[in-house]
Amino acid sequence: MSIFDRSPQARTAALLSPPFLYSLLLLALPLVAIVLISFWTQTGLDFDTTFTLANYRAIFTQPQYILGNAQNWGVIPVSLFVSATVTAITVVLAYPVAYFVSFVVDPSRKSLWLFLITIPFWSSYLIRVFLWKVILGFNGVINTGLQALGVIREPLEFLLYNLASVIITMAHAYAVFAILPIYVALEKIDRSLLEASQDLGESRFSTFLRVTLPLSVPGIVGAVLIVFIPTIGDYVTPQLMLGAGGRLVANTIQTQFFKGNDAPLGAALSIVTMLMVGIISLVFLFLNRRWLRGRS
Amino acid sequence: MNVQSKPPATPLIQLRGIHKHYGDYHALRGIDLEIRQGEFFSLLGPSGCGKTTLLRTIAGFEQPSSGQLVIDGKDMSGVPPNHRPTNMVFQSYAIFPHLTVAENVGFGLRRDPRPKEQRARAVAEALEMVGLGGYGNRAAHALSGGQRQRVALARALILKPKVLLLDEPLSALDKKLRENMQVELIRLQRNVGITFILVTHDQEEALVMSDRIAVMFEGAIGQMADPETLYRRPNSRRVAEFIGKMNLLPAEVGMEGNRIVVEVAGLGRGAVEPDQAPGGVIEGNSTVGIRPETLSLLFPGETTDRRVAEGVVDEVVYYGDMTYYDVRIPGVEEPLTISMKNLIGRPVLDVGTPTKVAWDERSLVVLSR
Amino acid sequence: MMRGGWLRAYALLYLVFLFAPILLLPLFAFNDASVIAFPLTGFTTHWFQELWTTEALHQALRNSLVIAVLNSLIATLLGVCAARATSGPAFPGKRGILGFIMLPLVLPEIVIAVSLLVVVRQVLDLQLSNVTVILAHVVISLPFSIAILNGAFANLDPAFEEAAQDLGETRWGAFRLVTLPLVFPGIISSLLICFIISLDDFVLAQFLTGANPTLPVYIYGLTRFVKSLPVIMALGTLLVALSITLLVIAEYFRRRGVARAGLKDSGGFL
Repeated sequence: MSIFDRSPQARTAALLSPPFLYSLLLLALPLVAIVLISFWTQTGLDFDTTFTLANYRAIFTQPQYILGNAQNWGVIPVSLFVSATVTAITVVLAYPVAYFVSFVVDPSRKSLWLFLITIPFWSSYLIRVFLWKVILGFNGVINTGLQALGVIREPLEFLLYNLASVIITMAHAYAVFAILPIYVALEKIDRSLLEASQDLGESRFSTFLRVTLPLSVPGIVGAVLIVFIPTIGDYVTPQLMLGAGGRLVANTIQTQFFKGNDAPLGAALSIVTMLMVGIISLVFLFLNRRWLRGRS
Repeated sequence: MNVQSKPPATPLIQLRGIHKHYGDYHALRGIDLEIRQGEFFSLLGPSGCGKTTLLRTIAGFEQPSSGQLVIDGKDMSGVPPNHRPTNMVFQSYAIFPHLTVAENVGFGLRRDPRPKEQRARAVAEALEMVGLGGYGNRAAHALSGGQRQRVALARALILKPKVLLLDEPLSALDKKLRENMQVELIRLQRNVGITFILVTHDQEEALVMSDRIAVMFEGAIGQMADPETLYRRPNSRRVAEFIGKMNLLPAEVGMEGNRIVVEVAGLGRGAVEPDQAPGGVIEGNSTVGIRPETLSLLFPGETTDRRVAEGVVDEVVYYGDMTYYDVRIPGVEEPLTISMKNLIGRPVLDVGTPTKVAWDERSLVVLSR
Repeated sequence: MMRGGWLRAYALLYLVFLFAPILLLPLFAFNDASVIAFPLTGFTTHWFQELWTTEALHQALRNSLVIAVLNSLIATLLGVCAARATSGPAFPGKRGILGFIMLPLVLPEIVIAVSLLVVVRQVLDLQLSNVTVILAHVVISLPFSIAILNGAFANLDPAFEEAAQDLGETRWGAFRLVTLPLVFPGIISSLLICFIISLDDFVLAQFLTGANPTLPVYIYGLTRFVKSLPVIMALGTLLVALSITLLVIAEYFRRRGVARAGLKDSGGFL
């Protein structure tokens, strides 16, 4: 008698075990390994496996990681700042679009709109980042276009090789991640609630503020987290957009594993970054929950 | 009511001491019952009483934690649903949306050795039987609720099961359609002669359709009887309250020799027959029940040889064919509900009107439990 | 003014912002100039011809295709298991396990990349190869596959399979005859989406690729050379066209699945 003849629970568990084992081996094990390695020391091609906090000490004391100096911030605060800015811009820009698709678009055409919105997301990320470089570059599309039109004489230099270009590119890349959760939350709102609010004397706009917006908060929270967390790990965009000079934390991590050849330091940096992102996310969730409870 | 003489038969289905546990939850607490060949049997009870679990146990979708299930002389333990002589009409009907009506009805014939043409004929006949002749090529997901139900019936009956299991088959239909389908189901069952087991929470449905009913509460059978007995002689307060309307009155119950004597607060003293206490007698403080339609108001000029209590109309609910009165009688805690046919020339009384209530000790039921 | 006029204008503008970079691709891919700049100078298919003759590119493409196909098969197979478990009865720890499998959705890709690199090289002591890339791609594709297939499995009435068993089918027969046809469009969608994810991925491939680069890694190498910009434009055009074609097919199957189950379309992936 196989396990499939047993209870439905046992069958479900048996079904779930292949994907679970896969994730255990190729997700849990690697994450554990990286934690371990962050307490070791690189010695040439090998590791000295004596437990040490040296990597973490370096991250928390050397200026380039967190502390910064008079001229420059540390790479982690800069990265967090970039991610936070990207998140804010993306979510604010995305909300009206999600609202439009959910509330204004005819139901029969909603899936067409969603489809259109998702298309750019499914085209090669590398190509898209590269395109922004081409668009914003010194001899790029915007500059040459504006010159050809006679709007400007000299190329605008502020477009490329600064954080703004990184932020624009990321805001574009993560737009879909912000729209979808908000859209889902808006779709869940019972439309008769809006009619009830107007029936009770609220205008369309105050109905939005007092009913729609609060009810869509879960979607906004989802959007914030799903943009904020992955953007911190993006090193392609900074590498292409910032050129050789500027670096964000993801680039620093990548360098440690390749050119720097200091995997333990890279591992420790990854963990510190993840922890900071995790803590910020939890604080955000916590504040949000308190705010919601305070209202109800 | 569907009480007609059936040929006596050995039980087709026997359940002995069936228990079902889900972790700490005790869903079935020792079910013993026998169902005869050709019977229309209902499992009636509130949601969560275990009636659907019991039906699914008979179908083979649930394994009892202990106890024995025998269908047609064969022990069913370890027999999967596809090897049981039962077929089921699901609450959602479970009509396969990717198949046509005919493909749905013929689904179970895949292993049938008959040639294709004969199978197609069987499908057409089954559809004819449920009044869907000519619907074979329709897409299943385009059907209405009533049509789905018919397809589900045809799909199950085409396999000529020993037992047809029906899980709340009418609950998704609106009232009118439901009442029509009740009559159709009774007729269908008489025609095919197959044993039907119906699960329902609708007491009226159970009373209308069944030969016998098991009323279930909290995983156990509270009472099992034919509809009339169940209605007139409930064996406990729970059954009495679940089926129809029942006035419950506190009473003093005692035995005088072989006679059962009840003293009903506010109404008075009377003697009842042993069959009026189907749940047994516990002497002392107890409860008696009396159905609203066995009470009557005395309209001005009417007389009666039944016993009479005086009271005041407290509430009037008009139903068209009937009027329900709540009458407050001094000494009786709760107002008594009385239903009166709205006959020609009979007025509808106003709230506050003093009135007389006629009652009869023969319609009392002693409900000690 | 029609309802939502301003909103509609804004949404359209937003779409333009989303599509602008992609629309530039064919423009410069067919432009007869070696710099990416306005004004356009003339029409050419030269850059596409160059793609045709670059052997290293073909090698990278073959690599990527093999990886993408295997990835989508493995991830979808695991996804079917997980999605079916999701819609099945609960058991202790089920939610936690599912949540853990979905974790890569919110994990920075670089963290997955470096931790896999550490395990493959230091713990398992394996050579980096296409196999390591496939293993990594399945990790990030699986959550998407599960999300798509969950939609397909959640639409199923649990009574469907029971009804099939009740009508004489075995458990496997019930799955094959009822569940599989109903979730089949979802499986096609999942295969295509996982294929695209793998084909597009750069980060994991850069960390885990062996001697033979995948297509994105090859493209990244090209971006350092100014003179190869138009070639990248041509290649990008083809890739985006391929992605969109696959997406349209995936969407077609998703909708057909919705229609087949007789449901209202609630729209979109994820």
